[in-house]
Amino acid sequence: MSTDGDGRRPGANGPGGGERRTRRDDRAERLVVAAFTVSIVGALILAVVYIAGGQAQLEGVALALALGGIGLGIAVWARYFMAADEVVEERHALASTEEEVTAFTAAFEAGEQTLARRGLLAKLGLGALGALGLAALFPIRSLGPRPGQGLKNTAYGDGGRPLRLVDADGVPIRPADLSRSSLTTAWPEGHEHDADASTLLLQVDRERFRPLPGREDWVVGDIVAYSKLCTHTGCPVGLYQTELDLLLCPCHQSTFDVLNGAEPVFGPAARPLPQLPLDVDEEGFLVATGDFSAPVAGGFWDRGRT
Amino acid sequence: MTAAGALTKATPLSRRTARWLDARLGAASFVRKALDKVFPDHWSFLLGELALWSFVILIATGVYLTFFFDASVEEIVYQGSYVPLQGVEMSRAYASALDLSFDVRAGLVMRQVHHWAANVYLATTVVHLMRIFFTGAFRRPRELNWLLGVGMLILSIVNGFVGYSLLDDQLSGTGLRIAYNIAISIPVGGTWLASLFFGGEFPGPDLIERLYVIHILLLPAVIIALLGAHLALVARQRHTQFSGPGRTERNVVGERVWPTFAAKGTAAFFLTAAMLCALGGLAQINPIWLYGPFRPAEVSAASQPDWYMGWLDGALRLWPSWEIRAFGFELPTPFYPSVLLPGVTFALLALWPFLEARITKDRREHHLLDRPRDRPLRTALGVATLAFYTVLFFGGASDVLAVTFQTSVNALFRAFRTALLVLPPVAGFVAYRLCRELARRDRPGATDEAPAVAPAAPEDGASHRRAIEPEDEPERDPASTAGVPRG
Ligand code: HEM
Ligand code: FES
Repeated sequence: MSTDGDGRRPGANGPGGGERRTRRDDRAERLVVAAFTVSIVGALILAVVYIAGGQAQLEGVALALALGGIGLGIAVWARYFMAADEVVEERHALASTEEEVTAFTAAFEAGEQTLARRGLLAKLGLGALGALGLAALFPIRSLGPRPGQGLKNTAYGDGGRPLRLVDADGVPIRPADLSRSSLTTAWPEGHEHDADASTLLLQVDRERFRPLPGREDWVVGDIVAYSKLCTHTGCPVGLYQTELDLLLCPCHQSTFDVLNGAEPVFGPAARPLPQLPLDVDEEGFLVATGDFSAPVAGGFWDRGRT
Repeated sequence: MTAAGALTKATPLSRRTARWLDARLGAASFVRKALDKVFPDHWSFLLGELALWSFVILIATGVYLTFFFDASVEEIVYQGSYVPLQGVEMSRAYASALDLSFDVRAGLVMRQVHHWAANVYLATTVVHLMRIFFTGAFRRPRELNWLLGVGMLILSIVNGFVGYSLLDDQLSGTGLRIAYNIAISIPVGGTWLASLFFGGEFPGPDLIERLYVIHILLLPAVIIALLGAHLALVARQRHTQFSGPGRTERNVVGERVWPTFAAKGTAAFFLTAAMLCALGGLAQINPIWLYGPFRPAEVSAASQPDWYMGWLDGALRLWPSWEIRAFGFELPTPFYPSVLLPGVTFALLALWPFLEARITKDRREHHLLDRPRDRPLRTALGVATLAFYTVLFFGGASDVLAVTFQTSVNALFRAFRTALLVLPPVAGFVAYRLCRELARRDRPGATDEAPAVAPAAPEDGASHRRAIEPEDEPERDPASTAGVPRG
């Protein structure tokens, strides 16, 4: 390592080697040797582990040894054998001097005048750039469709006729398939991949269930259906506390009262889970007679406008 | 080529290469000046460097991952070597991340180092920012560099989120759905914004591919450009230093870049890389095979985002269920904690140098750093702010904490909401008293080691104000103000 010799800490070893070696130097040097050796060993371990089939933990450790050995070696080297003198350097003013500013202003204004002499051209040129900028925005429009009714409707409302509810495999569901203790997730038939149409089917305690006014016939026996998407930020509401008849959203812990129109009783959600009007068809399968009572998932500014 | 005469056959190749380059660039004098530059030494100056080196590791491991990762949502049947998921339908994106974890040799360690590097990079960035804040290093002439730093922080947080959203596992899908619902909560433009970005309604068929381009090209390119400017400004303006014997506003006292500082920097790089590799090897992170492929109707309970997203998650949880509705229009709940709060947070952060200059009327150049205790009001404000975001962060883990401590989520929410209002002022007050006390203890033996910026005065309101205001000197001619040595 070449140093210019001035101000090295006492005992530092220069390339000339004219100074007396101290025990401290010897120890430091041995440490550097050991560190670099560890690094080489680490690299070898890495190669062996890789050839032997690879193993994440060992690879990480081997890499750490290989890299850390080099790092430690250089750190000790710098600490013991490099100039640690304090050098003082003047700071120069950052701002330009008056003369420089004047010279710059003069040069800039000279050019500006050339432009100003054809002022109309310059303005038109700027106008053209602006128009290009605006026109360039239009391709961005291609990135996605106009947000339309899609946010407000689901497949349940599409056909204007009752749609069967099916499970993830497309199998229709009968009321008898449900049990009191479990949640069933259902979709409108033919739309099992519609993220916004996922529906919770719940069997509730008929004695305590209080249907909302006007929704008395939205249930089939003791079965009620709500949107599965939390009205906060749309997470699937996946936890059902059967004894309390509460639905819990795992994302931010909003809690909805199943017996009372799925009104939020706790947490950041502000609106009830939209309810789905249920019925059974001639073959005894559950159907939805219309769309959810409100747009599903999180709110947006014109959610209430039709 | 006048210089060529000095070369002989015995000249080493490295020298000759240097000569060759210099003949074409004329760079020798410039580089010599760079090598001679002086860099002040203090442990806290290492923080920015650690962030830089973590970022380098992020790029290195990230490039490796791109050779194997397949950002496609095309559904395939998994046939890889992770038995529990064999035969399961999933996207190519998720399958290729599983392959990286199980079938690409050294793939898992690279994935995990990448993820750990992201966490460490953002952590060191934030601590670096705290160092800048508490020592007043953002003051004139370094306001621009503060702005560049805040810009990098925001983009890096976004890129981290986008990064772990690529893998199309259950956790990342849930995060993206929340992001979609936050986007549509923005009044008027929100639904458009979401539709353009997601290519339609959530999840959108092109989403993962778009996120991929953003993650590996767009944001890294912008961050690298900002980083270059950030470092160039440090070189141009020179580093700040703490005051001490012989250190003034007009000089820089430290060690030369070549070789001492360069060697220490290189050592720091290798040690950072070593730490990240040890973490990536030994500490499991984001075990996506446990989460399963993304299914829109499912959610994994107790899902936790990366730490730098935690405060936003906490804010979403703790914000009350307010929703403003009028004339069929509404302002949904998530808007406040997820759009307004980060907006205000980063706006205030970015504007802080200008706000403080306005409050203190101190618009002079500063190259000597404050000790936090000498600026008790600023320090108190910083500590209070940190307390606020720390409470939000832990609020984001409310469900996990509820299980750990066997309490109801209900009670925890109430505790967190209270803490959010009470803790920041308390923490700020404690920090303020601590600063005053430390500064007072310094005073009897005060030498030039610690310039007593805060005037010795009894603890009353008037002196508190003066503590943040340095000498009320009238603004000097800005062109010639090279900083006035104090103390
Ligand atoms: C600010 C910089 C960056 C941050 C914060 C970041 C963060 C992340 C995170 C947290 C992940 C998830 C990792 C996992 O759990 O598997 C990820 C994935 C990924 N990142 Fe980055 N990253 C950054 C830059 C880059 C760059 C520059 C590239 C490539 C040029 C890259 C390529 C990738 C790829 C291909 C993946 C997905 C593959 C996988 O993880 O299995 N990243 N990133
Ligand atoms: S998404 Fe359900 S509580 Fe936030």
